[in-house]
Amino acid sequence: MIKLVGLNKYYYLGKTPLHVLKDVDLEIGSGELVSIMGSSGSGKSTLLNILGILDSYQSGEYYLDNHLVKDLSQRKAAKYRNQFLGFIFQSFNLLNYKTAVENVALPLYYQGVPRKKRNALAMEYLEKVNLLDRAEHLPSELSGGQQQRVAIARALIANPKVILADEPTGALDSETSNEVMNLFRMVNKEGITVVIVTHENEIAAQTDRLIRLRDGVIDHHVVQNQTSG
Amino acid sequence: MFELDNWQEIFATISKNKLRTFLTGFAVAWGIFMLIILLGSGNGIENGVREDFKDDAVNSLWFYGGTTSLPYNGIKEGRDIRFHNDDFEYIKEQIEGTEYITNRRNIWNAATSFKNETGRYMMRCTTPEHVELEGSIMDEGRFVNEDDVTHSRKVIVIGKQVRNDLFKDGNALGEFINVMGIMFKVVGVFSDEGSEREERIMYIPISTGQTVFGWSGRTRLDNILLTVGDASLVETSYIAWQINNYFARKYNFDPEDRRAIYIRNNVENFQKVSSMFQNIRYFIWCIGIGTILAGIVGISNIMMIVVKERTREIGIRKALGATPFSIVSLILTEAIFITSIAGYIGLLLGVSLLEFLSNNLEGVDMFKNPQVDFKIAIGSTLMLIFFGILGGFVPAQRAASIEPVIALREE
Repeated sequence: MIKLVGLNKYYYLGKTPLHVLKDVDLEIGSGELVSIMGSSGSGKSTLLNILGILDSYQSGEYYLDNHLVKDLSQRKAAKYRNQFLGFIFQSFNLLNYKTAVENVALPLYYQGVPRKKRNALAMEYLEKVNLLDRAEHLPSELSGGQQQRVAIARALIANPKVILADEPTGALDSETSNEVMNLFRMVNKEGITVVIVTHENEIAAQTDRLIRLRDGVIDHHVVQNQTSG
Repeated sequence: MFELDNWQEIFATISKNKLRTFLTGFAVAWGIFMLIILLGSGNGIENGVREDFKDDAVNSLWFYGGTTSLPYNGIKEGRDIRFHNDDFEYIKEQIEGTEYITNRRNIWNAATSFKNETGRYMMRCTTPEHVELEGSIMDEGRFVNEDDVTHSRKVIVIGKQVRNDLFKDGNALGEFINVMGIMFKVVGVFSDEGSEREERIMYIPISTGQTVFGWSGRTRLDNILLTVGDASLVETSYIAWQINNYFARKYNFDPEDRRAIYIRNNVENFQKVSSMFQNIRYFIWCIGIGTILAGIVGISNIMMIVVKERTREIGIRKALGATPFSIVSLILTEAIFITSIAGYIGLLLGVSLLEFLSNNLEGVDMFKNPQVDFKIAIGSTLMLIFFGILGGFVPAQRAASIEPVIALREE
């Protein structure tokens, strides 16, 4: 599903470029549940952003579902994000002036799905994350865990092939973290590839495979929970 | 771009960001409102003054007797110069380039009565061509004619206001009115475009006035008035110069003496006023363009803040699959929608205020029909919207094309 070949990423902040990702080779199969760990500055968020086509890279190759993702036009990038990818952010990134159901329906707006149909579908996905009763609430009226569940519903609604989550439980307490992880596992069981960036061992322990990044290099893979893969 | 769905998306953002909507709209509405008021007032003043000029023929020369201010040929200054009938005949016969020529002898506050109605009005003794110079419009009957002058008939032409005072709704033509003890037959009623004041005047033949009211010499005149057709300012000034020299010779005063007789050159005055209005118009346009520029800067500024404020939202939308085009069009359609509505409101308020002023300033001199050319008003509104949006397009385009990860970092 995801394949990186000799990928390099630099940031140009001062005069000397910062080499964030160094010749990264990585393969994540369809239906895997993978976590990426590493200390801050190890490049794990950058890696996730590149996987999500939210950021560019300088050299190497990135294949998403056998499509080469490199120097894409903005249109094409938008199409790939919309069709292949679903994002979960640490800070939820819901639109604060839209209700839960409107937030969930937004990806379908960009697919040109009619309003009635996408709102109906959004209600289904809210039911899936157990938030049907909060459909008309604004994000500010929801708890952190509820907001993250809305964000998950939004990530799922376009029926993506890959879910990318950047510290999805970073802002949540352990109980709600578990709820969110349960959701991820449920999603994964349906065959969707899930990649989670985290610094929490408990979260990483619940995934099939753990990828450790250190200074922009993949330090090692740990294969765990073989059964669910 | 104009699908219902997009509009619902836009209405949602507008209704949920009321302050932003209000600020953008207010800037536009205010700019247009001020522009309309400005242009309208300029036109109002111009119309008012032009209206004032309608009172008299704009191609006329007026001569008034004065008092010498320079000694000449051994005669001391301080001598009164008065015109007479032979002066009038001389100018009429000898000076070339005159079109209509007439004279006046004025009686201020002539006590007038008809049956039980009385009043005091200005009465002018004059000749038939006066009607051309004053621009009087005959509502009923006729003006003083040549026969009246030749036979010193006791006929009188009265202004509309005089008629209303004395006759109310009754018939005036053919009736006799008493002016300072002498009966005059009403032969005409006139109105005047210039002002109501002109309609409180009465006219009788010059010969009648000179004979009946028995002034010394019975040939004295207060003014001589003439028009010059379509003569240029230079030609007109030459005519005035010739006449001035004639008077100087006849009454023995220094031709350079500006106070011996007074000359009012309406051709010159009209040109002065016209060029003044040209300048006022330029001035108003300068301010108007300045107002539009300020409006454009204001809108662009607000648009930049809007885009800045929405950068994170743009990042989120892009992460969910929005194309840069859809983002730019969302922001711009919203801005165009707000500014158009606001511009229309400003236009409506401005035009309404002008309409209100126009209806409530009937009696005010120098300010009439403050209107704006609707094409100009619409054009400047569209210009304001267009350039304002253009100012917002640049930051919107930039925000829509940066990497989503950078947009998402924005707080």
